[in-house]
Amino acid sequence: MTNKEPIGRFRFMNEQRVNLDGFATPAPELGLVAFNGLNDPKPSLTIRDNRIVEMDGRSETDFDSIDEFIARHGLDLSVAQEAMAIADIDFARRLVDPNHSRADIVRLSAGMTPAKLAAVLSLLNAAELVIAMTKMRARRTPSNQAHVTNRSDDPLLLAADAATAAAFGFRELETTVPVAADAPSNAVAVSIGAAVGSPGVLVQCSVEESAELALGMRGLVSYAETVSLYGTEQIFIDGDDTPWSKAFLTSAYASRGIKMRVTSGGGSEALMGGAEKCSMFYLEARCVALARAIGAQGVQNGGIDSAAVAGAVPGGVRSLMAENVMVMLRNLEACTGNDALMSESDVRRTSRTHPIFIGGSDFINSGFGSIQRYDNMFGPSQWNSEDIDDFLAMQRDWGVDGGLRTADEVEVERLRRRATEAVTAVYSWLGLGDFSPEWAEQAIDAAGSKDISSGDLMLPLTAARTIMETNVTMLDVIAALAENGFDLEAQRCLDMLKARVAGDYLQTSAIFDEEMNVLSLVTDPNEYSGPGTGYQPTPARQEQIDTIRQQRSVADLLVEQQSFESKNIVATGTAEISYDPRDVVIGVSPATGKDIWLTLSGLSVAEAIKEILAGLEEEGCVGRIVRINDSLDLGMIGLTAARLSGSGISVGLQAKGTALIHRRDLAPLANLELYSVAPTITRELYRMMGINAGRHAKGATPEPVRNPYSDEAIEARYHTKVVSLVAIERNCITADNPELMELG
Amino acid sequence: MRDQKGFSGKNVSEVTVESIRRGDITLDDVRIHPSTLAHQADVARENGNPQLAENFLRAAELTALPDASVLRYYDALRPGRSTSQDLTKIADELMAIGAAKNSELFRQAADIYARRGLTAK
Repeated sequence: MTNKEPIGRFRFMNEQRVNLDGFATPAPELGLVAFNGLNDPKPSLTIRDNRIVEMDGRSETDFDSIDEFIARHGLDLSVAQEAMAIADIDFARRLVDPNHSRADIVRLSAGMTPAKLAAVLSLLNAAELVIAMTKMRARRTPSNQAHVTNRSDDPLLLAADAATAAAFGFRELETTVPVAADAPSNAVAVSIGAAVGSPGVLVQCSVEESAELALGMRGLVSYAETVSLYGTEQIFIDGDDTPWSKAFLTSAYASRGIKMRVTSGGGSEALMGGAEKCSMFYLEARCVALARAIGAQGVQNGGIDSAAVAGAVPGGVRSLMAENVMVMLRNLEACTGNDALMSESDVRRTSRTHPIFIGGSDFINSGFGSIQRYDNMFGPSQWNSEDIDDFLAMQRDWGVDGGLRTADEVEVERLRRRATEAVTAVYSWLGLGDFSPEWAEQAIDAAGSKDISSGDLMLPLTAARTIMETNVTMLDVIAALAENGFDLEAQRCLDMLKARVAGDYLQTSAIFDEEMNVLSLVTDPNEYSGPGTGYQPTPARQEQIDTIRQQRSVADLLVEQQSFESKNIVATGTAEISYDPRDVVIGVSPATGKDIWLTLSGLSVAEAIKEILAGLEEEGCVGRIVRINDSLDLGMIGLTAARLSGSGISVGLQAKGTALIHRRDLAPLANLELYSVAPTITRELYRMMGINAGRHAKGATPEPVRNPYSDEAIEARYHTKVVSLVAIERNCITADNPELMELG
Repeated sequence: MRDQKGFSGKNVSEVTVESIRRGDITLDDVRIHPSTLAHQADVARENGNPQLAENFLRAAELTALPDASVLRYYDALRPGRSTSQDLTKIADELMAIGAAKNSELFRQAADIYARRGLTAK
């Protein structure tokens, strides 16, 4: 190694954002390896007298508490022999074969040990994982979850953002706190905001396990997720739980009718220094087997907080997706990560999510940061508020249902206002705190908490204490909503309480649609079995996916053009052939002076013509404006104009701004100079074009003009407009002779 | 929605915004009834998840316990909180109120915690 500065190519590459990411040389002894760890066991299972006496290379006397719980509760012994006897590669192939049903794969997976499922899933490549996910997820209809948090636990902003997230289609909202004691206030604010936004949106508040359960018992949240599992006993204990305490906690939630899933994710054990020389994927296989064993209905995994650890090693991102598919094989709800930001690079983070987005899961993100990155108290998410339009465009591009929909600006403003009004009323009614009108107005408008200067930072804490001390429950919140005229929101909050009495949403993968129907493994099972089967968006849903707010029609563009109509380019008569050698014709397109008034660069058509005329004048030539009515082809416009021109030289100009210099003896598609990128043609360039046309007319040497270079995606920005403008031009074509035009 | 009763026995149709406003409703009226959990256990089993069914049956037993007891029992199962004897004692308590499945969970824990060093020191 020398200290020599790298060459330019590498200096440039080093500056790219991807090189802020950490990439690790695999270190199997530290568990820093995606698959095939040093201590990963070969799959095995020995059953004696209907009891597992050996599993994955360990005899029962050596079972740790995780092995023990899985062996005693987790496996279906009636299929275990059959399942374990299937060759890994055979079972892997069944996962992508439409002739093998999801039901049969689920039946057999129930008898497979953690090492067996890890071995099977490590055989699937990325494309096969997409197919397996499409086929194996529990719920037919995909969905998505949002994070709704902010730096100051501002209840008004939380409620406004919760309503906004619901408007964008998220069916679960997860909040958490920078200040632990604020949790009850956050739970109330987000629940109210969610009810403003839509019926049936589930709400959780991620805090310490006991505190979270207590919030659930009061009805202040409607599901729980951050019940963590780990793949080694030591790390499990460090997390202050055991498989038994987690099993009990799982039942405790169900005993109050509250939906709950557990959280795990490859890389956490390595991160906490306790991977026991096992691979991330094998340890996660233990977590998923345990999740099924303790009776959880679902799992949030795919790295989660340690996604960047998996992302740092070869194959790590593939292992994250394989974790999600493993959850599906265990017949559980899959909430598929894509939450903690695992890369500084937009390309890498998109790449990490995209196969899951395509395959579809119960929740694509287990927290899409619907708020600003700086307001995300889980840390920035893989996807954040600045990415919502990207996500909607991706749904539209691929015709994929990622759970989101376009929200109308006026409607979102109305919802944000109503959410702040509802929280203001409830907090005041229950004696939790008072908000100033300025604060409320700022919260309605705010893109994030930095936009709010009128907040009272102590209010959330005071409110939370009062909620705990005066034993406020969701019943009190409902009464307060109703007393203050928020009948709709009161009813929606009540519907969420009643859902716990029915218990249908305790089943695997349950969400509510907007009519409060439960969609779950039971009511909306995924029966994908090849092309044309499985989830298909309804026509109404497809319309939502296809219709984004940025799309424009020809009619929209016509209206936009009409708003710039100035009637300052008018036809004055038929254009004749000139014999004046100083004469240069500016041939303009059929829509000029009719329907198109603005070029793509934003310069008006009249201004562009004026500049060309001025350039010609500088060279002592006389410009004549002639509209070519029978063609929109720029070559033909230019050539026709050149044939009318006394000098034999013309400038051809399409109303959208594209221009060229033509000569009467050239073929239509030949030309002297072409200015093809209309959006980048400036006033100065049009003048230069006039000057050069004049020099061509005089036989002088023109100054070479370069089309301005841009690294912008010019085509992405303008091609749709071009299609519409060309259509407008086509509508203006007539058989009329060339007409002389004048600027008004 | 099926005709449903809450933990208190009150039919859920009686729970309205109006009755809440009048103060006629308690949390027990909007808590799940053990028979509903037993039904959900059947549904889970029919849908290929006997472990989820077992969870619902354990949950059905826990509906009878007040919130504070549930939280206390949870804490007792966390690592290093209880001796084997403590866990066995809770198993007996649970058995006495008919919570056989949860009792069994504590009995297993008493055994494995001792073997794996997870009991209170």
